[in-house]
Amino acid sequence: MTADVLISQIFNGLSLFTILALMAIGLAVVFGLMGVINMAHGELMALGAFMTYVTSQFFLRFFPGLIDIYFPIGLVVAFLATALAGLVLERVMIRHLYKRPLDTMLATWGLSLILQQTFRNVFGAINVSVPTVSWLRGAWNPTPEIGIPLSRLFIIALTLAVALGVYLFFYRSRWGLRIRAVMQHRDMAGAAGINTARVDAVTFAVGCGLAGIAGSALTMIASTGPSTGQQYIIDAFIVVVFGGIESFVGTFLSAFLIGQMQSMFELVLSNSMAKALVLLLVIVALYFRPNGLFSVKVRR
Amino acid sequence: MSYTKRQFLKTAAVTAAAGAFPGVIGSRVARAADPVKVGILHSLTGSIAIAEIGVTEAERLAIDEINAAGGVMGRQIEAVIEDGASDNPIFAEKAQKLLVSDKCAAVFGCYTSASRKAVLPVFERYKGLLYYPTHDEGLEFSKNIIYTGADGVQCAFPAIEWLMKNRGKKFYLIGSDFIFPRTINRISRPTITKAGGTVVGEDYEPLGSTDFASLINKIKAAKPDSILSTVVGDSNVSFYKQLNSAGLTDVAKSIVALAVGEEEARGIGPENLVGVNSCMGYFQSVDSPESKKFGEAFKAKYGPTRVVGDVMECGYISVYLWKAAVEKAGSFDVEKVVAASSNLPFDAPEGKVKIHETNHRLWKHARIGTFKPDGQIEILYESPLIEPVPFPKL
Repeated sequence: MTADVLISQIFNGLSLFTILALMAIGLAVVFGLMGVINMAHGELMALGAFMTYVTSQFFLRFFPGLIDIYFPIGLVVAFLATALAGLVLERVMIRHLYKRPLDTMLATWGLSLILQQTFRNVFGAINVSVPTVSWLRGAWNPTPEIGIPLSRLFIIALTLAVALGVYLFFYRSRWGLRIRAVMQHRDMAGAAGINTARVDAVTFAVGCGLAGIAGSALTMIASTGPSTGQQYIIDAFIVVVFGGIESFVGTFLSAFLIGQMQSMFELVLSNSMAKALVLLLVIVALYFRPNGLFSVKVRR
Repeated sequence: MSYTKRQFLKTAAVTAAAGAFPGVIGSRVARAADPVKVGILHSLTGSIAIAEIGVTEAERLAIDEINAAGGVMGRQIEAVIEDGASDNPIFAEKAQKLLVSDKCAAVFGCYTSASRKAVLPVFERYKGLLYYPTHDEGLEFSKNIIYTGADGVQCAFPAIEWLMKNRGKKFYLIGSDFIFPRTINRISRPTITKAGGTVVGEDYEPLGSTDFASLINKIKAAKPDSILSTVVGDSNVSFYKQLNSAGLTDVAKSIVALAVGEEEARGIGPENLVGVNSCMGYFQSVDSPESKKFGEAFKAKYGPTRVVGDVMECGYISVYLWKAAVEKAGSFDVEKVVAASSNLPFDAPEGKVKIHETNHRLWKHARIGTFKPDGQIEILYESPLIEPVPFPKL
């Protein structure tokens, strides 16, 4: 094994870490913070991917000269569209199920099937092709043997930006303060004059919007089709559960650990065995720390 | 889960009902002018619908064409279309419905080997006839199934031979982690070493995997001349997108893929596939009157932007093969139709094919071509007719 291979693999682990973190961060809000098990979270990511596709088609048809700038706009469109979808979803369905976690699971699973079939009817059963903008094609070669894809560098930067945004929103804004207050002690927060129903709706919408951003960015490396969401949902749940719910730091550390373990194991094992080994280690870890690796101690 | 239990109860109830009235099956004598019913059983919903909807459309096209030309033995064909919903127990349940309550003379259907294995006992029990259109790993024979796709030998051997001759003797085998790729590679390894080649790597990605960075890295380190890919489904999108963004055009040229056709190319984005080679029995670019007629009829019925591919073609000719066998047998009876199928020739879009004397598969051509920027395939090599060998000696 040469140093080049090892360096590439360390980068791959880093890249996988940011991809996993991006997938999981929306779920960390919805599931980790609010405790809503949203089985349709993957489909919201797919919605983000499809919104990016729609944006690209819009640009191809009306402003073919500006196609190179469509992608950042697609990201914003994806965020807004999925956040809006999340808001509607919370108002219509989720809020009636807060006290019934098992029913939430079933209802959102049904919703995920409905959404998949809707995508299939609207966009067709066959995957659509989301073009990669020219400035993200190709790779950066620091040495002839090491090639670092630009799309992956972009995802790393995007994940850092999203993490910063989430930090500022939840820990440095009035909205974040209200959200944390409601999540910590709902009755007390309500007594202090916070509109808890509105806080719930906004939190859920933000979590869904983050899923949209992830779905949009991942069009660069994966498929965009009706069942796209299914590719992400399990990994996202594993990252959040392994990291410990109610902990953003845990989510990031867990994504980092899983990403690096996966790519290091893949050096010596076949890729599906590497995945199996990672899952095995996660199970063992959860056996000894059922609340996740980095759970915050809270009094119940 | 309660879901599986419900499925089980449903299936059990249908089975019990069928068992209670055995006299119903096959009791009604049809008059000559009645249309003859056939079943179409594919996933129209769920994760595999992506591949199966096109096959359904091709089979319906063949039925429409046959009806317009006067039907089968003077009888019009009536298609009963059922949705397997990408769920194998549902496939079995719907197969039973098609055979028991619709009394279909033949059923065209299934895509994955798993769904075929789920319906196989149903077809054997009720003496139905299934035409199965997908290229598969072989290792199966049923007197109630005709396999119109290529088997493992017909897929892999021409690809290996071509790679040896045109790319080099150092092989890397990659695939999704399930029966088809693993069987293909089990056949391929001894074939490669016997021909004087070496296998420098063999790797599997979980089905639906989206991250191929490590695999690409390993391929780069092993520097193979030839890559045989049995990656299937959505994973192909990730694989070729990531290969392209790593800027490895030489690696792309050394790949022969066994499960990427024209339809998949649309989802992958043709710009990511330029230079990649594909090995299949049929491409839309096959230059023959039958092939042109098939492509044009499909576009006329389903829209000018649609493309046809290998499995769709196999579904399309399945209906014609059934018609030819029925007319040769002079009967719709399954046993007689199967007997008449032995050595039955047909002028297909993929060229002249022939059903094997005994093993229910087709003598087929294999073709290897390179993807062009428009997602169509430029054919580089066309094999002579290859004998199907579903149980190859390793």
